[in-house]
Amino acid sequence: MIPANFTYHRANSLKEAISLVESLGEEAKFMSGGHSLLPMMKLRFATPEHIVDISKIEGLSFIREEGDLLKIGGLTTQSEMEYSELIRRNYPIFLDAIKLTADPSVRNVGTIGGNIAHGDAANDQPALMLAMRATIIAEGPNGRKSIPIDEFFHGFYMTALEPADVLVEIHVPKAKKGCGGAYYKMERKVGDYATAGVAVYVQLDGNGTCSEAGIGLTNVSAVPMRVDRAEDLLRGKKITPDLIDQAGALAAEDCEPTSDLRGSEAYKRSLVHTLTKRMLNKALERAGQ
Amino acid sequence: MKHNITLKINGQSVSAEVDSRMLLVHFIREHLSMTGTHIGCDTSNCGACTVLLNGKSVKSCTYLAVRADGAEITTIEGLSPEGTNHPIQQAFHDQHGLHCGFCTPGMILRTVDLLKHNPNPTESEIRWGISGNLCRCTGYNNIVKAIQQAAKEMAKEKQPAV
Ligand SMILES: Cc1cc2nc3c(=O)[nH]c(=O)nc-3n(C[C@H](O)[C@H](O)[C@H](O)COP(=O)(O)OP(=O)(O)OC[C@H]3O[C@@H](n4cnc5c(N)ncnc54)[C@H](O)[C@@H]3O)c2cc1C
Ligand code: FES
Ligand code: FES
Repeated sequence: MIPANFTYHRANSLKEAISLVESLGEEAKFMSGGHSLLPMMKLRFATPEHIVDISKIEGLSFIREEGDLLKIGGLTTQSEMEYSELIRRNYPIFLDAIKLTADPSVRNVGTIGGNIAHGDAANDQPALMLAMRATIIAEGPNGRKSIPIDEFFHGFYMTALEPADVLVEIHVPKAKKGCGGAYYKMERKVGDYATAGVAVYVQLDGNGTCSEAGIGLTNVSAVPMRVDRAEDLLRGKKITPDLIDQAGALAAEDCEPTSDLRGSEAYKRSLVHTLTKRMLNKALERAGQ
Repeated sequence: MKHNITLKINGQSVSAEVDSRMLLVHFIREHLSMTGTHIGCDTSNCGACTVLLNGKSVKSCTYLAVRADGAEITTIEGLSPEGTNHPIQQAFHDQHGLHCGFCTPGMILRTVDLLKHNPNPTESEIRWGISGNLCRCTGYNNIVKAIQQAAKEMAKEKQPAV
């Protein structure tokens, strides 16, 4: 299978990438890893007329802590995250997710930015971003902008990014005492998209009260979603097994799965319930360490 | 649209004119006539087309040839000098890590990348490490044994001679 005809352009700088897509118009698409886009092009689900390759732009691949934030460059590959000492030491939630994302060769090429920019609720990173209340930094024809994650996902494959906006950075809270995150997805086999996945991020204050809670879900809604009611239930309280079960029940009620080859709607709701409980327990355990 | 690309494949520099939409695997097999890199699923699932791109295992059915401009690529043909076996090839031979051999070039190149990051993997790490490479014949056990043997041999080679 080869994709339909298109014209390839290689951008050597961010400026060049933005102005290329601006001048080429709607039928131009950025390609970073190409591991979501190219499979779709081979299957002719996507037929862009122009591909602007942004993978060679320098300076957009990094992982560093700055102030209260962990900053991840948009072109950082999933493997670079997996092998990063900083991530291994302080951000186990990313390792949880990346190890269950695709396979090692795909992760060598697929980027974190692409995983989010694709706007697919089946991808794993969106749930983490929602749970951690990430901020997406994009650069476009009118300069830089910060987009809170709650305003980022608009619909199936639709995001707040304009056609000529490049996702350049992702900001999430820096790891600190009392915070913990965890992710798990149920998959039928390696490389499969989630039957259901749950990301949890909690922050405990000095006396063990939950000051912040985030719960994001994978592949149980058309648009990546967080579970506000479950988060609200936990915030400001000392978390007990009973509360954890209630949060799981709320997540199961609020998610919007559809029956498909991966399972029935009822099965997926039940998975969300169980996984929410497990990930809450795991995140709390990590927060206590 | 046509593009001129220059890249290094198995240490040799090649220049060619490729279409925007040409896939790297087709470039290697059809343009360079190197057929050690296989096409299995053609949908980035099976790993039969795995090559090393700047040292990293990559599925060449899901990579545009034009993007490999300036890159260094290793295919199974270039892993060891003609007539000799790389320790990973030797281990697959010794441990019967193949039956039909269709998956083998991809498995071996994936193993190079795996052992680079994790020279002493556990069995579970090996299984996760080759999880993007499918084998329809062996049942994987002998592949795992082969990778364990290769890891041991390659660790020995790295040790200074006593
Ligand atoms: C076999 C296989 C299995 C997979 N399994 C999983 C899985 O289990 N879970 C999972 O999460 N993912 C999975 N993936 C997807 C993989 O993780 C992708 O690599 C990733 O989602 C997209 O990243 P990319 O860099 O390849 O993006 P591309 O394919 O290059 O781009 C995807 C989309 O985002 C846009 N885009 C990319 N980067 C930017 C940017 N910086 N700024 C603006 N727009 C941008 C592109 O225009 C395009 O529309 C799988 C892929 C394969 C091939
Ligand atoms: S042929 Fe490329 S992964 Fe199967
Ligand atoms: S040896 Fe036949 S597919 Fe692996």
